Amino acid sequence: MASERLAIIASKGTLDMALPPLILASTAASLGIETAVFFTFYGLNIIHKEKMKKLKLAPLGNPAMPMAFPPSVKKTPVLGQMAGLMEAVFPGPPQIMGVIPGMTDFMTAMMNKTMKDHGIANVPELVDLCKEAEVKLIPCQMTMEFFGYKLEDLIDGLEPPAGAATFIQYVLEADKPMIIFV
Amino acid sequence: MASVTADKTLDTSGLNCPLPVLKTKKALEDLQPGQVLEVISTDPGSKADIPAFCQRTGHELLETVEEGGKYVFYIKKKG
Repeated sequence: MASERLAIIASKGTLDMALPPLILASTAASLGIETAVFFTFYGLNIIHKEKMKKLKLAPLGNPAMPMAFPPSVKKTPVLGQMAGLMEAVFPGPPQIMGVIPGMTDFMTAMMNKTMKDHGIANVPELVDLCKEAEVKLIPCQMTMEFFGYKLEDLIDGLEPPAGAATFIQYVLEADKPMIIFV
Repeated sequence: MASVTADKTLDTSGLNCPLPVLKTKKALEDLQPGQVLEVISTDPGSKADIPAFCQRTGHELLETVEEGGKYVFYIKKKG
C-alpha cells in the first residue's frame, strides 16, 4: 500500500474547472505520488468520450472573468485594436451579457485560443497525460446512474466505478492521505 | 554557459505548467542512472517547479542557467 495518497475530487464540468484537477493529478503522479481523481456530478463530463471535447466556459455567474482576448488576436492589426478598445471599455463583460445567445460559445472559443497561445494542454490531452502518469481515474457510480451515463459513454482506461465509501476508504487507508476538492 | 555537458536535451519552449515537469519526468525515464538531462523552458513557473520536482523525486539538479527569458536546467538521473 502506498504511504502517500493524493485524491482529487472533480465535481465541476466547466472548462475552467476541469483543468485544475487534471493539472494537479498529472503533476503529483509525475512526482511519484500515488494519485487518484474521483469524477462526480458534472465532473463526469471531463471523462465523457464526447462531452470532454466540448466543455464550456460560462460567462454568466462568473464575475471574475475578464474580457480576455487571446494574445494572437491582440497582435493582429485591425482585430487587435478592436480587442484593445473593447477591453478598455469593458474591463469585464457586464454580467447581463452572459445571457446573450452565443456568448458562452464565444467566451469558450476565446479561452481555448488563449490556452493554445500559452502552450497550455487541452482537456483530452491532460486526461491522456494523467493516464500516462498512471493516475487512477475513478468515475462515481451514483452520478453515472443519475445522469444515465453508461460505462461505454466514458473514456477507456478508467478504474471501476466506485461509491463514496469505497473512495473514502481508498484514500484514508494510506499513511499520509490527502484530499483536494475541486 | 553551463559547466556541465548533457547526455540528452529536452526543449519545452512555449509550453506551460504542468507540461515542462511532465515531459522532464518522461525524458528522464530514457536515461541511464548518472546521465544528465538538459531541460530548456520558457515557463517562469518552471524556475520553482523543476527544483521541486527534483527534490521530490531524488534526481539531482546540478545547475540552473537563466538567460534571455529561457531557463536551462541540468538534471542528473538518480542512481
